[in-house]
Amino acid sequence: MTALPPQASTIPAIGAALHGSAAGTRRRTSARTGDDLRVLIGSGIASLATTWLFYEQVLPLSGKVGFVIAWYVTFLAYYAGTTALVAPRHVVTDRVMTAVVIGAPCLVAVALVSMVLFTVLKGWTALVHLNFYTSDATGVGPLDPLDKGGISHAIVGTLIEIGLAVAIALPLGLATAVYLSEVGGRLSRLVRTVIEAMTALPSIVAGLFVYAVFRTELHMPASGLAAALALSIMGLPIMTRAADVVLRVVPGGLREASYALGAGHWQTVWKVVLPTARPGLATALILGIARMVGETSPLLLTTGASSFFTVNPLHDPMNSLPLYTFTAVTSGEPRFVERGYAAATVLLLLVLILFLIARLVARRREI
Amino acid sequence: MTLVQLPTADTRELEPVGEPPPQPRRITARRSLGDRVFAATARTTGSVVLLIVLAIGLFLGWQVAPTVSHYGWGFFTRQEWQPNRDVLGIAAAIVGTVEIAAIALIIAFPLALLSALFVSDWAPPRLRPFLIRVVDLMAAVPSIVFGLWGLMLIEPHAAHVAHWFSKYFGWIPFFKVHTDVDYPVWNQLPGYASYSGSAFIAAIAVSMMVFPMATSVMREVFSQAPQGEKEAAIALGSTHWAMVRTVVIPFGRSGIIGGTMLALGRALGETISVVLIISQAYQVKLNVLESGTQSISALIATSAKEATPSQRSALLAAGFLLFVMTLFVNTIAGNIVSRGRTGAGTEI
Repeated sequence: MTALPPQASTIPAIGAALHGSAAGTRRRTSARTGDDLRVLIGSGIASLATTWLFYEQVLPLSGKVGFVIAWYVTFLAYYAGTTALVAPRHVVTDRVMTAVVIGAPCLVAVALVSMVLFTVLKGWTALVHLNFYTSDATGVGPLDPLDKGGISHAIVGTLIEIGLAVAIALPLGLATAVYLSEVGGRLSRLVRTVIEAMTALPSIVAGLFVYAVFRTELHMPASGLAAALALSIMGLPIMTRAADVVLRVVPGGLREASYALGAGHWQTVWKVVLPTARPGLATALILGIARMVGETSPLLLTTGASSFFTVNPLHDPMNSLPLYTFTAVTSGEPRFVERGYAAATVLLLLVLILFLIARLVARRREI
Repeated sequence: MTLVQLPTADTRELEPVGEPPPQPRRITARRSLGDRVFAATARTTGSVVLLIVLAIGLFLGWQVAPTVSHYGWGFFTRQEWQPNRDVLGIAAAIVGTVEIAAIALIIAFPLALLSALFVSDWAPPRLRPFLIRVVDLMAAVPSIVFGLWGLMLIEPHAAHVAHWFSKYFGWIPFFKVHTDVDYPVWNQLPGYASYSGSAFIAAIAVSMMVFPMATSVMREVFSQAPQGEKEAAIALGSTHWAMVRTVVIPFGRSGIIGGTMLALGRALGETISVVLIISQAYQVKLNVLESGTQSISALIATSAKEATPSQRSALLAAGFLLFVMTLFVNTIAGNIVSRGRTGAGTEI
């Protein structure tokens, strides 16, 4: 990109010299002409008409997905054909590939938007009731109207479970990352390898491990603590790895400068390395938390889908948003299913909030 | 002035012959108590984490022994899962897991590759940070939301697509569905029911889950493509696509392969969306469009709570197998990504 500014200034000058005008009107450097736009729009309309005629009227085909696919393919053919009338072959390839490259993210965007809208709309009837956020589900049956009962127990449960899991995984993960990148030694290579291997641990296996060891061998009750343990086993390697990556990109010059000023090892880490890496660390860790919030499978085996409000993670089964959603939508009762979608919407919102916090923390670095 | 004079003073002192050469000053500083405590604490924490993590891995691996001694090696090759008869096998689950992950990649790979190219080379620069953030946000969407979306919104449409494939390509064993394909799909029996809950539909939800991971790895590598080579390609008269094809894609090959493998690792372990969508069947099935399949994670999620101790160790052994598969894929992926072409750009 460094070469561009001088280019931009010389081209109009050359143009002015060629045309002999001293005023030097700026030449348009964009390669796109009005014809290109007309070709694009024309191919779009023509392909829509052709697809409608053949797909809906002539051939015995039906289905919305099929129509869209047929339209897209026809459009590409028309677009290539009309371009080929006026441009050489490599321009045709370029145009078609551009259309293909733009088509893929559009498809994903449609999927993403449809998913969010679908979840919100399905849960809307439950979301508009204030009691949905403030009361728990004690004594509320699946058939009860939506102005009775809510998910406060699941919201609080999620917060407690995530809080516990973070309280276990975050200090251990951060300390291990500091060990890996700042202290080092022969053992650290083994630790790094093993940690990286454990990031491959599927979340359901982490849940099964906690279920097998803590709940059946050690007779721990179905509780929020068991869920938090499973989440922290899943989250510890992810957080350690993310923090390690962030610490490793702290410039070595900063450390050397600190040592040169007479600081010790601990002072360098505490006063130089960690503050430098803080925004990056915060972002990486919050993204790790966002992933832990949405995990359902470890919760299936470690805690119960209770209906009552509890803040004690040690004894009683503690519900949480993903687990509530799962039990609600698999129940088959229409009202309960609506509550499930509403809980999923709240969960999406929670992830979004965590994300915005991560953005805010990261932005502080730029100032 | 003093600074200039110092060396001469030094050389004069060193001049005399016969004296032993001066010893270099020891530069290792004596570590303060705080530093020693810090290093020891960090080392201890690292060792504790290592022990915890190793203990988990070993515990899982150790469960293979009781499983094999109870159910025999046939545990890995048998299809039936009949706890009542004390006959367990996970062959169907292994095949199903691989099928779902493979189809998910077939769907996600082109989407991720093209989207990564779009973000790195086509999108307007002002839009780029926003797109990157959206992809990151998509990675954090809870899997249960993807599962619900796949089950309620996508399945009816996907069943149509599956029906079309089985009707016209049923002669390929993978696309065969054991039903009357001429029956309209909207009719309950034997149409729609034969197409719902298949590996194909579960794979659509999983593909959306692994898409962000693959896209962000690929985009990261594409954005490091040397600017000088890109400009050289444009200056030589190539079109935008030709520039991408000759510079960006060859440069990002390690990212393409590595990102895909990482996505595969994630797809293998995906649980809740698969549990929601598939109709579980304990049968090795190659026809992926047909209702009924199984995956290791779904098997664990649904049968762990009612398991007897021997069945539980069987499930743990299955989980260990899943872990080993994911680990294998991730290790290869990590090697490929880190082996990518670096420092070879023309930019100085």
